[in-house]
Formats: sequence, C-alpha cells, structure tokens
Amino acid sequence: MSLTRQDVEKIAQLARLSITDREMPVYVSSLSSIVEVVNELSRVDTANVEPMAHPLVGQRQRLRADVVTESDHHEKYQRNAPQVQAGLYLVPRVIE
Amino acid sequence: MLHDLSIGELADRLAARELSSVELTRHFLARIERLNPGLNAVITVTAEEALAAAARADARLGQGERGPLLGIPLIHKDIFCTDGVRTSCGSRMLDNFIAPYDATVVAKLKAAGVVMLGKANMDEFAMGSSNETSFYGPVRNPWDPTKVPGGSSGGSAAAAAARLAPCSTGTDTGGSIRQPAALTGITGVKPTYGRVSRYGMIAFASSLDQAGVLAQSAADAATVLKVMAGFDPKDSTSVDAPVPDYPALLNAPLKGLKIGLLREFFDGLEPRNAKLIRDALAVFTSLGAETLEVSLPHLPMSVPTYYVVAPAECSSNLSRFDGVRYGYRCESPRDLTDLYQRSRGEGFGAEVKRRIMTGTYVLSAGYFDAYYLKAQRVRRLITDDFRAAFEKVDLLAGPTTPTPAFAIGAKIDDPVTMYLNDIYTIGANLAGLPGVSAPCGFVDGLPLGLQLIGPHFAEARLLGAAHQFQLATAWHTHRPRGYE
Repeated sequence: MSLTRQDVEKIAQLARLSITDREMPVYVSSLSSIVEVVNELSRVDTANVEPMAHPLVGQRQRLRADVVTESDHHEKYQRNAPQVQAGLYLVPRVIE
Repeated sequence: MLHDLSIGELADRLAARELSSVELTRHFLARIERLNPGLNAVITVTAEEALAAAARADARLGQGERGPLLGIPLIHKDIFCTDGVRTSCGSRMLDNFIAPYDATVVAKLKAAGVVMLGKANMDEFAMGSSNETSFYGPVRNPWDPTKVPGGSSGGSAAAAAARLAPCSTGTDTGGSIRQPAALTGITGVKPTYGRVSRYGMIAFASSLDQAGVLAQSAADAATVLKVMAGFDPKDSTSVDAPVPDYPALLNAPLKGLKIGLLREFFDGLEPRNAKLIRDALAVFTSLGAETLEVSLPHLPMSVPTYYVVAPAECSSNLSRFDGVRYGYRCESPRDLTDLYQRSRGEGFGAEVKRRIMTGTYVLSAGYFDAYYLKAQRVRRLITDDFRAAFEKVDLLAGPTTPTPAFAIGAKIDDPVTMYLNDIYTIGANLAGLPGVSAPCGFVDGLPLGLQLIGPHFAEARLLGAAHQFQLATAWHTHRPRGYE
C-alpha cells in the first residue's frame, strides 16, 4: 500500500510539523516504503495473543504518595524558555 | 601510555597516588583536542568543569577515600541531562538547551567521583544507525574516516575506540550501544529494561530505551555498570532489585554453560562474517561451554514490529517539543499553530520527522488496531520465543551486525535499508533483554562484533562470558591506526 501526498499532508498536520514542498516527495516515498515493511505484520497469526505494552512480566505501575517532594525551580527552568514575562511563558495571541 | 590502561589499572594508580586525576584528565583532554577534529565524536568539551571535578576527586583520594571510578574520566552521550551543561540530543531543537538538572545516571557517576570530559555526538534524538542524522554532522569511524561509527551512540563509540576517554555512556533502543560498539571494535553492554534509571535521559521510545556502557573490555564495562545500575524512584519502570557485584562475578567458569546459536541470525550472513562468529563460538567451546542451535521463529518480524512500536512512542514523547517552554522556536510565528508547526518542522531533522510521522500514522484513527495493537501482539510472540529458548540455553549468541562499518552517505537516503542494520539487535529491546557486543575479529580491516543475549537480569552472566572470551582472545586490544 502506498501513501499519497494528501495522506502525508494529513499526518504532518496531525503531528504539527511543517513540511516544505521540497521535502514532501521524499516523505511520500519513504513513508510508503516503511508502511510496506510494517505491513508484513499482517502475515503473523496473532489470534488470542494479548498485546504486550511492557517488556517485564508482572511489573506493576508503581504509585507514590501524593505529597509535594519538589521545590519551586521555575526561574531556573524558564531560563531555557524562548520567551517569558513575569514567570509566564509567552505565545502568540490565542483569543482575539 | 595512560590511555592504554584499563579502568582497574587506572584506579590502582590513582589509589597508590602515583597518578593524579588532574594529570589523567589533562591527558584525555589533550587527546580530545588533538584527535577529535578528525572524528567529530565529542560535541561539547567541558574542560574547566572536568579539571575542577578531577581536583575534587584528588582531594577525596588524598583523604583516603577509594572507589572503582573515583577520579576516572568519562564521556556522556548527549542524551543525558547534565546540570548546567548543554544537552542537545544531537538536535537543532535542543541546540540552546542547558539542562537544569542531572540525569540519575549522571548523578550516580558524579557521586562515585567520575570526571565528565564532555558530551558525545549522537544520531538526532537517538534515531539512526550511523550517526549521520546528528545536527552537528556525522561522526567518523576511527578505523576508517570514510566509514560510519554506527549509531545512535556513534560519538560515544568512536570516542571510546579512539581512547578519547577510558569509557563512555550510551543508550540502546534498537541496538544503539551494541551496533556502534561492534562497528568500532569495542565492548558495549545494554542492560535489562528497568536495570538502569531512565530519569533525565531524553526519551525516544520509553518501552525500549535503556542506558548502558561502551568500554575497552567487558571488565571495564562491568565496573561502570555496577555504579550506574539500580533502583530509582524517579523512573516508574525502574526495577527494585539488588545490583549484583558485576566485577566480582567475571570469573564464573564457563564449563557447562549452554550457548544457543540463533539460526535466524546466520540466514544470509556473509560467509566471512559468519566464520568470525563461528570461530568466536569455538573459543567458548574450548573454554568448556556447549553450543547448540536454536530457532526463534518470530524473530524475523522484529524489524516491522520495532518500526511500529518505536515510532509510535517517539511521536508521543516528542510532542513535548512545542517551541514554548524550551528548545527551538521559529522566527515571528503568525499564530500558535504556526509556532508549533514551524518550530517543530525547522527544529527537527529529516529522520526524526519521518519517525514522528510514521508513529502518528500507526496511532491514528482507523490504523491503531492494524498497526499498533498488532505490533504489540507480535512483540509478545517474539518475547515468548526468547523465553522458550532460555528454557534450553543460558545465553544466545550471534553477530551484532550484518556487516562491518559502511561508508558515510551509503544508506542515509534509504531509510528501510538503514533500518535493516539493526536486524540482529532489535529483538533484545523488544523483549527487554540484556545484550553485550564484544569484538571478535576483522573483515577488510574493519572490526566486527559478537553479540551475546541473556535472560532478564543476567548481565553478570553476559559480562562474565565476554570477559572469559577476552581473556582467551586479543581482539579487544587492537587499536585503530593513528589513535595508539
């Protein structure tokens, strides 16, 4: 099965990725070949096989007590932010 | 020369105060300065911090403190967060990112007195098998500068192989420690999933990612792994089990050890490569191990399974890079959607975008069952095959890679061909098993690796077997010309 340009545009939009016109044909062809490879999975009989999400059997999701363990690091963390003001992250206006 | 010594020998000299950590650190910093321009293995050199850390280690040694890594230099893969030091993950997206905290692996090694020399180049977000997807350019293989070092821990591997450091850290999601270790002639260990904390290790595929070591020998790898491993409450998949004393267990006799030859790994393997693997196995039988052929019928499905599971997890993990809180932001965004799309489109390289899109596709409405759930079912069948094999044998053996190092540029335009480099290593990640790659010979002057895979938490058995092999052979002692 091969993907069309429209398929890849839709995927890129879902993934919030801008793809240039120059890149697009490369992705259409390479994603189509990848889909071809992963389609081989359909040849395997998996009736009555439970999906496996985690490689270690019997491991349970560990929970911790709901208490504060971290101190406030926002100033340090926000040094990496592209734009901040008064401790807030700035983004383009969302509501007119 | 100092860079010819093992970690054990260096630690002995430091303990005897015949050598200071500052001297040792200067020696390796000088090698980095002289040799790294030809390799591009290290992308951030932390000389000042390293000398300060070495002086602290010397002070601890002076007070009588001793430790297997106290004062030993090391290079971290640039996927591990290092407090106050740029942590780029090989991406333009994080080119300006100064990590605000240490990964647990970094913190543990730091506490043990390790001296970080710098950060190693890598495939962008660990997605690649050749170190060509890095924003900072390809790494060259010390054995031949026209060849790749493998990936994604290509900088870590080239740095250790060229003795720019005694050892380095790496991560392995589909072979990213074992494959570059094989292609650069060094020893690499990928522990059991959950053995080493993933906290502060930038996530690619969370059910597969695991940190490990690239070193000159299995004995050195054992020393470093013992310090890195262990339970971490900050990683919800970290396993709460005691860490064995790996260095003390290296001399377990191989007599009676059953090694399974993976039939599927020899199908279609080039005769010269197959011969090196069979010769290596003959060494094991001469040491008293038994070999028998085993088959894992679902193993050939590893590549398609991986290329659903890993991109799916990647697309979800990398959604955090949005141009808002950290990382790259595009110029003059029109609106919020434009900010997201262009920051991600411009900040990520071609392969990362390809994997995000593959993952988005297999998780999207209408395809989730056919791809993602299907791959998770096949993943269980592959894992069950391994479990059945380990009822008959103690270890599995085969090649680490189908070929020695290939030319820079040879496969980068054909992702599917590139993905097939990991054909022998992916299985262990899907099943969460530990694996080791150890040098086992040369083809056309390029090193090749023997891969050993063990049951969950059998790192000691794997490292012990690799160590016994290295006591009986000298492949791990060969040095690339120009880096003696």
